[in-house]
Amino acid sequence: MSFFLEVLIGGLLAGIMYSLVALGFVLIYKASGVFNFAQGAMVFFAALTFVGAQEKLGFPIWAALIFSLILMIILGVLTEKVVLRPLVNQPPISLFMVTIGLTFFVEGLAQLMWGTKVYPLELGIPDEPIAITLTRWGLNTDAVPNVLKEINSFDLIAAIVAGTLVAALAIFFQITRVGRALRAVADDHQAALSVGIPLKTIWAIVWSVAGFVALVAGLMWGARNGVQFALVFVALKALPVLILGGFDSVPGAIVGGLIIGALEKLAEVYIGPYFGGGIEIWFAYVAALLFLLVRPEGLFGEKQIDRV
Amino acid sequence: MGSKDNFVKALLNINNIEVIYDHVILVLKGISLHVNEGQIVALLGANGAGKTTTLKAVSNLLQTERGEVTKGFIEYKGDRIEKLTPWSLVKKGVIQVMEGRHCFQHLSVEENLLTGAFTRGNQKKAIKNDLEKVYNYFPRLKERRRSQAGYTSGGEQQMTAIGRALMANPSMILLDEPSMGLAPQLVEEIFEIVKTLNQKEKVSFLLAEQNTNIALGYADYGYILENGRIVMDGSANELSDNSDVKEFYLGIASAGRKSYRDGKHYRRRKRWLA
Ligand SMILES: Nc1ncnc2c1ncn2[C@@H]1O[C@H](COP(=O)(O)OP(=O)(O)OP(=O)(O)O)[C@@H](O)[C@H]1O
Ligand SMILES: [Mg+2]
Repeated sequence: MSFFLEVLIGGLLAGIMYSLVALGFVLIYKASGVFNFAQGAMVFFAALTFVGAQEKLGFPIWAALIFSLILMIILGVLTEKVVLRPLVNQPPISLFMVTIGLTFFVEGLAQLMWGTKVYPLELGIPDEPIAITLTRWGLNTDAVPNVLKEINSFDLIAAIVAGTLVAALAIFFQITRVGRALRAVADDHQAALSVGIPLKTIWAIVWSVAGFVALVAGLMWGARNGVQFALVFVALKALPVLILGGFDSVPGAIVGGLIIGALEKLAEVYIGPYFGGGIEIWFAYVAALLFLLVRPEGLFGEKQIDRV
Repeated sequence: MGSKDNFVKALLNINNIEVIYDHVILVLKGISLHVNEGQIVALLGANGAGKTTTLKAVSNLLQTERGEVTKGFIEYKGDRIEKLTPWSLVKKGVIQVMEGRHCFQHLSVEENLLTGAFTRGNQKKAIKNDLEKVYNYFPRLKERRRSQAGYTSGGEQQMTAIGRALMANPSMILLDEPSMGLAPQLVEEIFEIVKTLNQKEKVSFLLAEQNTNIALGYADYGYILENGRIVMDGSANELSDNSDVKEFYLGIASAGRKSYRDGKHYRRRKRWLA
């Protein structure tokens, strides 16, 4: 039983990392109906800028953080202005194709600016079981239940960061004036325009927030796996999360991420041996596909309201 | 035009505008009309006559539909407005209630209303007062305030759309086909509220309607649009009494032509192109 719990907790924590990436997709999809294929590239760009600014420009961590945030905002706003705005009212498939093009551009730009080297990303968060961290800090770990002792400190902190970010976003969406306007734009942008909501400003805000989320995801994933080109594939991990949680739901991205994370780890441990292992890579997709048959709008996705 | 003497006081003055969609489709072919302060002006005409296009030319929602005012000008309170963005127009007090209501389906009724106050920034107190005011005019919305707008009835959605516009604190509402798809009794109810808003809140209305009968019942003045041109205008009473209006728009046949076919024949012969 405690082994099961251990696997489950490990899975949930890994899942939050997926949520973080999925969140970037959800934001853009919600506000502009675009499936932003470039989200993975943005994660890569953000992480590479963060380390690049330290390595090449000699910035301290905090300055690198601010610098990459500003760059992400500029990238987001420019994308909206130059790439997507001219295509307003075009069919979703055209917009999707454009974001594929954007992916290559952003990947190329990132490497042009910072080179193709693989960098380590050091945030100073220990990557070890929590019991060890606590002992190192001179704390007594007797009170900590055994199941929890094995939890990785890094995973835990990543989870806390992601959780905070999500809570902040949810509050922003739900109760602020701009958040409400954002949801209005997502629902009907003609009507939003008619009541005087400035679409351009709203879209610029959304892309900036998505850039910020990409930065956080890039830092977490980069610290975990090193900053390398493979970061762009992190985006593919978000896909089953989105199918499960719904493309337009912030809570869906969170819960979807948790479920996929947990399922993956549990499947690997309990079903994996029958397949000769390695099912973690594809299991999430199969689970998502099966789920798609049952509930196409996702767990929390907004139902299409058909009545007139 | 019938009332040149009122020209100075015109709140909205549309002067000989031409509107083209997609750079080639000429839809409005020189339209002039005006709305005086405190008036309800009806814009009448059949499907495709150009009523919606006229309203969107004023609110500049044409922008997103690849439509453009290519000739003429539009003035509001004496200032040219055809280059302004929809949000600066809303700030100035001109707001459109779109055809088909266009409520934000997944937002609650109250959230819908609050979006109308977006351009007013964070004047919390005033906005709260106005919310109560809207609930006073539309008690039904207060009952449904927490419901998702997409699940409310057509009448409630129309009320939400009008209430949402009121939240912008406008002096002029461009109201597009409020009667569309509503039961006669509800239509009556909506128009009563329009009249009340006009009198109590001093909101002027430019009202596009296919339902000529009800529109002339509540409007002060009317324009009849056909094929992108104004073919007739006059006070609501004049128009209601006009035999051509009666025949074509109110469905009251004049004596002597009883059969539908005769009417059709007559209609073909006598177009409105004055
Ligand atoms: N976005 C557009 N692009 C091209 N043509 C358009 C567009 N919108 C409207 N039209 C054309 O302009 C003409 C006038 O349309 P408009 O919607 O203004 O008419 P209307 O009087 O409001 O009609 P209805 O009573 O059906 O609402 C129609 O022939 C229509 O096909
Ligand atoms: Mg119309």
